[in-house]
Amino acid sequence: MKVPVSYSFRNLWTRRLTTILTAGGMALVVFVFAAILMLAEGLQKTLVDTGSWDNVVLIRKGSQSEVQSGIERLQASIIETQPEVAAGADGRRMLAKEVVVLISLPKRGTDKPSNVIIRGVSEESMAMRPQVKLVEGRMPRPSSSEIIAGESVSRRFTGAGIGETLRFGMRDWTVVGIFDAGSTGFSSEIWGDADQLMQAFRRPVYSSVIFKLRDASGFDAFKTRVESDPRLTVEAKRETRFYADQSEVMAKFLRILGMSLTIIFSLGAVIGAMITMYAAVANRTAEIGTLRALGFQRRSILGAFLMEALLLGFIGGAVGLFFASFLQLLTISTLNFQTFSELAFSFTLTVEIVWQALLFSLVMGFVGGVLPALQASRMKIVDALRTS
Amino acid sequence: MTDPVTACDGQGPPVDLENQPVIVEVRNVNKAYLRGNHVIPVLQEINFDIRAGEFLALMGPSGSGKSTLLNLIAGIDKVDSGTIVIGGVDITALDETELAHWRATNVGFIFQFYNLIPVLTAFENVELPLQLTGLSRSERREHVEMALRVVNLSHRMDHYPSQLSGGEQQRVAIARAVVTDPTILVADEPTGDLDRVSAKEIMSLMCRLSRESGKTIIMVTHDPKAAEAAQVIRHLDKGSLNDAHP
Ligand SMILES: Nc1ncnc2c1ncn2[C@@H]1O[C@H](COP(=O)(O)OP(=O)(O)OP(=O)(O)O)[C@@H](O)[C@H]1O
Ligand SMILES: [Mg+2]
Repeated sequence: MKVPVSYSFRNLWTRRLTTILTAGGMALVVFVFAAILMLAEGLQKTLVDTGSWDNVVLIRKGSQSEVQSGIERLQASIIETQPEVAAGADGRRMLAKEVVVLISLPKRGTDKPSNVIIRGVSEESMAMRPQVKLVEGRMPRPSSSEIIAGESVSRRFTGAGIGETLRFGMRDWTVVGIFDAGSTGFSSEIWGDADQLMQAFRRPVYSSVIFKLRDASGFDAFKTRVESDPRLTVEAKRETRFYADQSEVMAKFLRILGMSLTIIFSLGAVIGAMITMYAAVANRTAEIGTLRALGFQRRSILGAFLMEALLLGFIGGAVGLFFASFLQLLTISTLNFQTFSELAFSFTLTVEIVWQALLFSLVMGFVGGVLPALQASRMKIVDALRTS
Repeated sequence: MTDPVTACDGQGPPVDLENQPVIVEVRNVNKAYLRGNHVIPVLQEINFDIRAGEFLALMGPSGSGKSTLLNLIAGIDKVDSGTIVIGGVDITALDETELAHWRATNVGFIFQFYNLIPVLTAFENVELPLQLTGLSRSERREHVEMALRVVNLSHRMDHYPSQLSGGEQQRVAIARAVVTDPTILVADEPTGDLDRVSAKEIMSLMCRLSRESGKTIIMVTHDPKAAEAAQVIRHLDKGSLNDAHP
């Protein structure tokens, strides 16, 4: 038979101050824990959402990102004629030969430079990325020095606002439009005409070729054929996979960093919980003796004190999560280690993170409470009663 | 018991013990404690019976082993040798889990310092032993209300122990002890922490439990006034029963 849960809960309530302080320590740890998971999640989501399932990205074999890649014009033409490439409404092939250049631009306010991706696009580029929408201004005229900027770029970089002018590649470029790409990585890019950019940067080759599959399930066959074609030195990936791979390293790094940090912090919180619970056991020794005398088993005492520690952990977890959830309102920018460009993203709270954080807080409560609870359950009844 | 102002004044006659069955048999009980390397003998060859409905007072000097003997009978301590049979069950043969079950249904405890659970209300304190039975919520409520009526504290059932006087707390504790209708009630110095007026109230209540409800009570006390409520008084001296005193 169990000691009622209300018994454990009210004991926590009775020593509110201690409970708040102990749970507060745990809340802090859970906050950090959740924050880092949310960061990794936000980063990954941003990069994964950047891609579409039925788009294929081709880059040079062995290159990690578009920035390092190079695809010669001849190879690009061969890819263009593959039967898997979908045709648009007007009969044109849904394929874009793009060039990606990394440049350094001063940030608004501080004037500190930071890297930005400039993507040279062709007419189909926009149509193949339904997430990307022009929200202000107009599209650049073909063969002009006009560019459009992602919302987060235009907000954060000097000269990237609509009507403003940016200087790079020894030319002035006028921002004629702002596009919204949701929470995807495109929001952190500047787009212009591919040929113009290749001229300006004196690059003879494309960085990547992107096309829409006629039939989304035809990818595997296409990949096998194209990658073994002796005329081509390319690697084909679904666009979703392409961006997910890019986020992998960073997300993993964040998760490992987060886990190490929280494990170290959690030691402190666990010791705090342990001290609190040992004090609770010492203060309630006569009470423990009484419960046992009344007929409660040792395991019920163990259960009651463990329940108390778990509740303590749960309170800490819930409070930590509550505060961590406000992080979703923040947008942060960081360096994408794969491309060394700036990437803006938000902390993202998922149901999975909520469960993980709560489980983590319960584990802290359990670890902190198990020794005191065992001590409580091991007392001899007469000894416990003598401490009135 | 001829004192005109005893706790049992105005109550019915004591139970006629002659016709009552023996409910507690203590046989050749020995108990010693180990303190460091020293063996401290506490009880030697204790033998006596308690009849159903008997109100027994255990008296004797401090350190004579009264509490130890009471704890052995209540099943919260283990004999070194000997047997204690209560209601036909040899409790010295039970393992710890069985003993806990046995206590839950057979023993009602009354402590010197009441030992109520501070975070539970009077009602919940009395309900606590019933959590160990299979009773439904409404059945438990009925039992608790009845027990609180017996100790005349129905109106205080939502109060916490800290909101009650010592005497009231002890009355709640008595309600908790009788709520399961146990085979025996054990009380260690039930009036030891109370003023004279409250002590008399408690003894009067215990006397009523004995005479009107026929409870079997074993009470350790230093207080001769308290012992007057009992029907049988046994004296312990240096670990042996000494019944030379009537
Ligand atoms: N758990 C224990 N460990 C060691 N010694 C003990 C323990 N319990 C009791 N004793 C010793 O056993 C002896 C009898 O103790 P007990 O508590 O039974 O006496 P008592 O008659 O109830 O005394 P009092 O009237 O002071 O309560 C004492 O000498 C006491 O010190
Ligand atoms: Mg004693």
